[in-house]
Amino acid sequence: MNSKVSDRRAFLKGSAALAGLAVGAIPFAKGEALANVTPGESTVKLGVTKLGVTPDEPTIQDLLYGGRSSYETSVRIATSGALADWGLRTLTPLQDSIGIITPASLHFTVHDEFNLNNIDPRTHTLTIHGMVDRPLIFTMEELKRLPSVSRVHFLECTGNSGMGHYRNMLQDRAKGRTDVTVIQTVHGRTSTSEWTGVPLSLLLKGVGVQKGASWIVAEGDDNVHHAKSIPLAKAMDDMIVAYGQNGEALRREQGYPLRLVVPGFQGVCNVKFVKSIKVVDKPYYMQREISAYTNLKPDGKASWYESQVGPKSLITFPSDAHKLPGRGFYEISGIAWAGRGAISRVEVSTDDGRTWKDASLQQPVFRKAWTRFRLGWNWDGAETVIMSRCTDEYGDIQPTYMELAKMWGLDEKSYDERMPAIPATEMAQWLTTVGAVLNNQIQPWRVSQDGSVQDALFSTLLHDKI
Amino acid sequence: MRCSALYCMTKSNFLLSVMALLACGTAMAQLPTYNVGRTPTEAELRAVDDLVGSDGKELPPGSGTAKEGAPIYAAQCAVCHGQNGEGVNRYPRLVGGVGSLNTPHPIKTVGSNMPYATTIWDFINRAMPPFPMERNLSPDNVYALTAFILSKNGIIKETNVMNKNSLVEVQMPNRHGFYPDPPHSTLEKDGFWTPRWEQTKPAAK
Repeated sequence: MNSKVSDRRAFLKGSAALAGLAVGAIPFAKGEALANVTPGESTVKLGVTKLGVTPDEPTIQDLLYGGRSSYETSVRIATSGALADWGLRTLTPLQDSIGIITPASLHFTVHDEFNLNNIDPRTHTLTIHGMVDRPLIFTMEELKRLPSVSRVHFLECTGNSGMGHYRNMLQDRAKGRTDVTVIQTVHGRTSTSEWTGVPLSLLLKGVGVQKGASWIVAEGDDNVHHAKSIPLAKAMDDMIVAYGQNGEALRREQGYPLRLVVPGFQGVCNVKFVKSIKVVDKPYYMQREISAYTNLKPDGKASWYESQVGPKSLITFPSDAHKLPGRGFYEISGIAWAGRGAISRVEVSTDDGRTWKDASLQQPVFRKAWTRFRLGWNWDGAETVIMSRCTDEYGDIQPTYMELAKMWGLDEKSYDERMPAIPATEMAQWLTTVGAVLNNQIQPWRVSQDGSVQDALFSTLLHDKI
Repeated sequence: MRCSALYCMTKSNFLLSVMALLACGTAMAQLPTYNVGRTPTEAELRAVDDLVGSDGKELPPGSGTAKEGAPIYAAQCAVCHGQNGEGVNRYPRLVGGVGSLNTPHPIKTVGSNMPYATTIWDFINRAMPPFPMERNLSPDNVYALTAFILSKNGIIKETNVMNKNSLVEVQMPNRHGFYPDPPHSTLEKDGFWTPRWEQTKPAAK
């Protein structure tokens, strides 16, 4: 069978030719000539020698690894404000999220440097040492031989959904930045992936944890030398030494080739590029767990080592990145997650919190993972406020902003005693700027008559003060 | 990797055989059941065992004073942290802020916030000055820089010598500024890491 195909699209449609691609018969890069492709016994000669020249043509990369339609433009964006100067900080476009899995390409990154290691997996090792009977060093190849698990878990940055991000967003807007929205800029430090790796408990049992040990401290092989103390009980419970994310190897910005996944715990615990786990008898008071990731209260004392993310939900459609074209049916859709376990209930209000309806939960519901919720809604075209609140399997309920403030010690009493001159709005601002508070407050969205959607929380707390 | 002691002992060079024995002995350890992994060499272990906890047992020998630290600070740190630790632009302030933590404008610095001086030593030693210059300071230099920052905060005197023992004994002003104290980690028993939501959750509606 000999055929000469002059039309590239015809070539691409030819399954025999694609089979040739699949076995790697033509190892060339974008723009290089396609010639003498030999799928099986046939030889395909191409009249046109370049791929990916016009937007409608797939590139070789599209075929070998895969790309998306040129009509799809959803991307991570850089974080707003001064934090953008600190390193690689990009935000997941929650407004475009579908289902519960975040594509690795859109997973948020909070990386306190601009230099991203490109670690050779053939030289990377993990050493487990400290209060153990036999310290051991493992290569990546060895770790991949061990029994593995794949589990769906969210990650969330400690500072996600904070007032400070909203203020930075307003400042960016004032400077003319147009890509920032509350749904992505304030809330986009969370993502969910299927993570694959070795249960840390398997490794810890193997090295023989000694009596008296109660914590581990993990260190990454990045250039900021991030180190984090984590309770040993958590390590023995459900932590994963992960090399896989959503069916492939970890991305570089997610800690390739090896990271910790600490289900339900704040993002800072999930040490990337992990190279060392030391078993110890106390937390190690590392710089990041003392300076930024403690929660200062009005009395000047700070709580520390509070790692678990509270129950949280968020309507992702419609949100302030969207505009409804007119009255009629819309499926309200969002995500809910809890650091302690599974989401058991999500309620949605479409009348500013007066009444609530149960949303349907996407099955199966994974513990410590995003749960997609959905509720059909007939919008009558009138202005209203919509919001969601979730309950986890232990009955813990997502708080309102003011309930959250009270939980952090900002009740009227401490407010009067400590900060008599500070109005309530600034008190709320204080709450989210002084500490690395995990903000799991209810997020209301105002839907206006013209179909536009705006934040109805931060704007009411901060007014127009920047 | 297995190697018989007998084989080693037949070697004429006694030192070599002792070394081989040691190597055999340490290389024996692997992950039980799966037989993967190996005992790290001393050099490998030293390379990763660089975190310093609050009891300072990992601190290396060496010493330094604030006076010795001053020129090192001026040359390598002041560009970001300021001549006197006041911070430049967005780079962290290291000095002052004591008494501000219970006000609407708290200032977290080494002096006002850090509960243990070992944290300063650890962070300078592993991560300062930042990439690509980090991990180039000698232990003496790190002791001296730590002493300099402590001295600028008025926590120690300019002449106090910081070393493996004295550093651990430094009383930081905010030593008791955190709770729970000390952090504990058992799970369901005292509910440290599951917790605050349980204790303070809002009433069901």
